[in-house]
Amino acid sequence: MSMAGFGYTRPATLDEALADLAKHGPDAKLIAGGHSLLPLMKMRLASVGHLVDIGRLRELKGIRDWNGGLAIGAATTYREVLGSALVRDRFPLLIEGLDDIGDIQVRNRGTLGGSLAHADPASDMPALALALDAELLLRSSGGERTVKVDGFFHGAFVSDLHPDEVMVEIRIPASPDGAGTSYVELTQPASGYSLVGVAVVLAKSGGTVSHVRVGVTGVADHAYRASAVESTLMGSDGGSAAIAAAAAHAADGQEVNSDIHADREYRTAMATAFTRRSVESAAARAT
Amino acid sequence: MTIDMLGERVKRTEDPKFITGKGRYLDDIQMPGMTHIAILRSPYAHANIRSIDTSAAKSMPGVIAVFTGADIPYNPLPMAWPAGGVAGIRNNINTPRTLATDSVKWSGEGVAAVVAETAEQAHDALEAITVDWEPLPTVVDAEKATQPGAVQLHENAPNNIVFEWTVGDKAGTDAAVDAAEVVVRQRIVNQRLIPNPMEVRGDIGWYNPGTDEYTVWMSSQTPHIQRLLLTAFVTGIPEHKVRCISPDVGGAFGTKIFCYADMALVMFASKAIGGRPVKWVEGRRESYQSTIHGRDHITYLEIAGKRDGTITGLRVKTFANLGGRLSTIGPGIPTTLYGRVLSGCYKIPNVYCEVTGVYTNTTFVDAYRGAGRPEATYVIERAMDLFAAEIGMDRAELRRRNFIAPDAFPYDNPSGLGTASGGAKIYIDSGNYEPAMDMALAAVGYADLAATKAEAASRGKLLGLGFSTYIEVCGVAPSKWIGAVGEGWGAAMWESANIRVHLTGKTVVTVGTQPQGQGHETTYAQVISHELGIPMDDIVIQHSDTLGTPFGYGSYGSRTSSVGMTAAIKAATKIREKARKFAAHMLEASVDDIEIDGPNYFVKGSPDKKKTIQEIAFALDLGFDPPEGMEPYLDETAYWDTPNCTWPFGTHVAIVEIDKETGQVDLVRYLAVDDVGKKINPMIVDGQLHGGIAQGVGQALWEGAVYSDDGQLLSGSMLDYAMPRASWFPDIELHETVTPSPVNPLGVKGVGEAGAIASTAAVSNAVMDALAPLGIRHLDMPYTPQTVWHAIQTAEVSR
Amino acid sequence: MESVALVVNGVARTVEVEPRRLLVQLIREDLGLTGTHVGCDTSQCGACTVHMDGVAVKSCTVLAVQADGSSVTTIEGMAPEGGLHPLQAAFWEKHGLQCGFCTPGMIMTAADLLASDTDPDDDAIRHALEGNFCRCTGYHNIVAAIREAANKMQVGAATSAEGAPR
Ligand SMILES: Cc1cc2nc3c(=O)[nH]c(=O)nc-3n(C[C@H](O)[C@H](O)[C@H](O)COP(=O)(O)OP(=O)(O)OC[C@H]3O[C@@H](n4cnc5c(N)ncnc54)[C@H](O)[C@@H]3O)c2cc1C
Ligand code: FES
Ligand code: FES
Repeated sequence: MSMAGFGYTRPATLDEALADLAKHGPDAKLIAGGHSLLPLMKMRLASVGHLVDIGRLRELKGIRDWNGGLAIGAATTYREVLGSALVRDRFPLLIEGLDDIGDIQVRNRGTLGGSLAHADPASDMPALALALDAELLLRSSGGERTVKVDGFFHGAFVSDLHPDEVMVEIRIPASPDGAGTSYVELTQPASGYSLVGVAVVLAKSGGTVSHVRVGVTGVADHAYRASAVESTLMGSDGGSAAIAAAAAHAADGQEVNSDIHADREYRTAMATAFTRRSVESAAARAT
Repeated sequence: MTIDMLGERVKRTEDPKFITGKGRYLDDIQMPGMTHIAILRSPYAHANIRSIDTSAAKSMPGVIAVFTGADIPYNPLPMAWPAGGVAGIRNNINTPRTLATDSVKWSGEGVAAVVAETAEQAHDALEAITVDWEPLPTVVDAEKATQPGAVQLHENAPNNIVFEWTVGDKAGTDAAVDAAEVVVRQRIVNQRLIPNPMEVRGDIGWYNPGTDEYTVWMSSQTPHIQRLLLTAFVTGIPEHKVRCISPDVGGAFGTKIFCYADMALVMFASKAIGGRPVKWVEGRRESYQSTIHGRDHITYLEIAGKRDGTITGLRVKTFANLGGRLSTIGPGIPTTLYGRVLSGCYKIPNVYCEVTGVYTNTTFVDAYRGAGRPEATYVIERAMDLFAAEIGMDRAELRRRNFIAPDAFPYDNPSGLGTASGGAKIYIDSGNYEPAMDMALAAVGYADLAATKAEAASRGKLLGLGFSTYIEVCGVAPSKWIGAVGEGWGAAMWESANIRVHLTGKTVVTVGTQPQGQGHETTYAQVISHELGIPMDDIVIQHSDTLGTPFGYGSYGSRTSSVGMTAAIKAATKIREKARKFAAHMLEASVDDIEIDGPNYFVKGSPDKKKTIQEIAFALDLGFDPPEGMEPYLDETAYWDTPNCTWPFGTHVAIVEIDKETGQVDLVRYLAVDDVGKKINPMIVDGQLHGGIAQGVGQALWEGAVYSDDGQLLSGSMLDYAMPRASWFPDIELHETVTPSPVNPLGVKGVGEAGAIASTAAVSNAVMDALAPLGIRHLDMPYTPQTVWHAIQTAEVSR
Repeated sequence: MESVALVVNGVARTVEVEPRRLLVQLIREDLGLTGTHVGCDTSQCGACTVHMDGVAVKSCTVLAVQADGSSVTTIEGMAPEGGLHPLQAAFWEKHGLQCGFCTPGMIMTAADLLASDTDPDDDAIRHALEGNFCRCTGYHNIVAAIREAANKMQVGAATSAEGAPR
């Protein structure tokens, strides 16, 4: 239960936070909601010299229009997102996906940016962000850059985020008109994280699938876009047969995880099963 | 007028403190000068300790002392219940030391400890201790551990065998099996569980240098027993120099019955640092290694009988994994509490059971809710379903044909309840199994099962219904039986109570039992209020402190209501008799003429010539004018040793739905008919059943301790050990039949474990029923999605 | 050491803590409010649940320094001394507790649920308890207690609305 000691600052502005990060160098770590970081520190699995608390920075909070889509501050909590009428209206996928994360208490503290930055291979937000074609605004004392979520995750707990960077915003472009979305997951019963989670955005035009994004989490060492599923579906009629054929490719090219809850064979099969279910449901919702 | 509350759904008197956050659990206790101790635990499941270097740790901030096993002169912990006791069976005993000295036998065995000003500092310093380990090969599977060539854990235990215990008639059973028309065989695993009371364990030791006395606060079910064991067996400190106190206990389920190394450690440490209090509280992950686990049997069962459904024999061979060293009563659980009740509620003429207790490189195993009886029920109830399937008979019908008939009691079962008890026979004294089963099956709609299954199939689900018709032996136990033939642990099993009606009429009942959430303060008060006519509000129940309460054996084995409360009733009877004599004296009447109605003692025929118990207490407690030969004060102590155990029974039914594509199992309905005899407080009884059922369902569907081959606990935290959650359960439907127990005045039987004993088998049978159409006969628990999915895949391939 | 100023159960407090101190330690050890419990070390069990700025949080997964400037309510602050919050009363009435260890956390989580959903059905109640373990009750009577509290609170809200001056 007890953590090793560390220093702590809670800067008042993003610039101060960046300065703090720079000052403490590799020893420093950001903390937002703390719901990924503190459990690791309590197990003495993560050692941290100095924590920079960005959980309350106004610049990292809030939900605003972004070219018809939304920009969500990285330190916005799940609860704030779930309570947002804008999100409910534009991205019901986020509501569906985030509502099952952890529990009330976790959703009250955990942040979207924290989840993406942490790059836990079993967390839900990465799959949702992939399906939504999100991009991330990252800032360091040296400047700002935006990166696509697609390509952001490199491995378990490894992403393109540099140690001196703060994720400022998650930008989600408007989905195609009439798109249907869905998130389904197979939950690891003890931890509540996903053994398999599949997020889908799918739109049809003229009777064929004209847009599809499939984000998969839990299956491999990081969340990924199931591109073989997407390419098989594109241009198809989006019917059950097409979906089943496409879903068979859910884990193509992936080194599939294996643990006491789901071995490789089972997980692979579930990647297919839940991909099929999620695509079916997104297709049924597409108009 | 006192309202009689016996049998009523009285709200619990202990609740106000708990719902307002004023409960006082072990870790809530803070004392001036209190220090904290942390234990360094072995990362290896099997290793020799070459040396331990504590020098760096000693100079860490806040560190007061660092100890290793070599510093502590205490004996190893006692093992109090050898299998077969002194009845000639050899038990190869190895128990933990306060801290390990030469070697470790499971990952998590304690090897060094740091006392510091704060818990953080103690943990920081643990990281500065270096141990020179010599890792050794490991074995974690009980059956493999007994094979030739297996890694040996202990010199005195060849083939890692703790004991080989048998019960029943071997020759007769072999003959019955050989001659049978049908024999069904199955290997079944009753997996290891981690009990997980929500409050972990902890202790505070305080040595008082002024008086040379120790006080130990412990999250324990058995403070009296711990005082005995810690003094007479472990430390050699005289018993009267030690006081043990259990504060509020946040659940226990068996885990807190036992003598643990940490209890001795805090005593030693407090003295060693000059008498400051020393607190130890385990973390949850630490608890998974340092507190006992439950179950862990590998069993080969053979059930034999005729095609007409008559069961003629049951032959069982079980490997019971007891861990790297033995816990306090580890060997007693898979023997007496398992083998002797294997035949359940069935009249099976030939029963034979062999149990091999085994050492492996795992955490020790001991009593977890139900302790032996859930394992036995699982064996027999799976066996009955397998047999019914084999001969193509309805499961209920098969049971009906083999139930012990209602007129067959007292029934002396062939797995040796009576035969092994020397002079003191115990027997199944009562029961009426068929009505309970019929009620349950009617309530659940068993007759319409085919239609229910078809409806589920139309939704793409495989539906299964399963039930278990269980009996339970509880209210342990007659001391003569448990002690005389060496069947039991080295202790008797009576209970005690003292009642004092003080001058103001306020009444203190002190008892030797020890609650952990069962609401004893309420139920004892209901009983004593009924007995003495004193309002419940005027009665306080004191327990859990060896200083103020009479010796008692504590609470486990569903024994408090049947054994402890009977002692209290006996004490109340003595109080009444004395009050009656004194009332006669006050009213100048003869004792025989005094009648008692609740609190009122009056002269026969003249109800206005009366004294209340409160008036009597006032006068007698002052003692100005007692009659010749009578001592002052209404103060009586009684002890009660039960003549027999009690025998709850019932039928539990579960309905599950399985998603064939994913293997996910959903419990959609749960219904139970229990006969726990009379109920002191039906609300509390229901609560006990709910909780027990949830734990048993947890075993069937989700819970399981998993070790890697090298002895690492893979399910080593709540992130990997699936604790049942609210959303996984339907509402639980409870029904009852009531057959009062004949062995105690209340007619109660005990209910703490019934739910856990019955439910695992019911759910398991339901899952197997759902999978039967696929040709799946048996699967080992827990029925996690991947387990079920793999079974379905295999079944479909082989079709 | 860092100075943490917060309002706990309506009372302003200032405590000096190491940054590694958890909110639950501050509550239990520095303020002596031991109604908030610790049941795990992996943020799973919910025994430590308190309200921070009006929402339920697991106080074992919040640093004390993160709570600086916040308002915290613990089980001890749910009702004025001698009184009971409807949830507390319902847990008592419906036998929603046995050992009582999980109870404060259950009540705090349920209070968060009822703040946003005044009439939850059983599924919603069970879903809301995802982060709170109870090993004693099988949850049956906890669900019943929360349902009962919701009913009582609705009736209470209706009566006080009726009784309000027009
Ligand atoms: C009991 C429990 C159950 C959970 N169940 C689930 C679940 O079912 N599904 C799921 O997806 N997740 C689950 N989680 C994880 C939870 O969703 C994440 O912890 C949370 O979203 C991470 O956000 P945070 O603000 O708490 O991150 P923190 O813990 O504060 O930070 C996590 C990491 O991200 C970095 N970081 C945080 N914010 C930024 C930023 N703006 N810029 C750069 N780096 C940053 C930190 O330095 C740190 O390394 C669970 C957690 C708990 C405790
Ligand atoms: S103690 Fe906080 S979740 Fe268990
Ligand atoms: S009442 Fe004991 S854990 Fe819930």
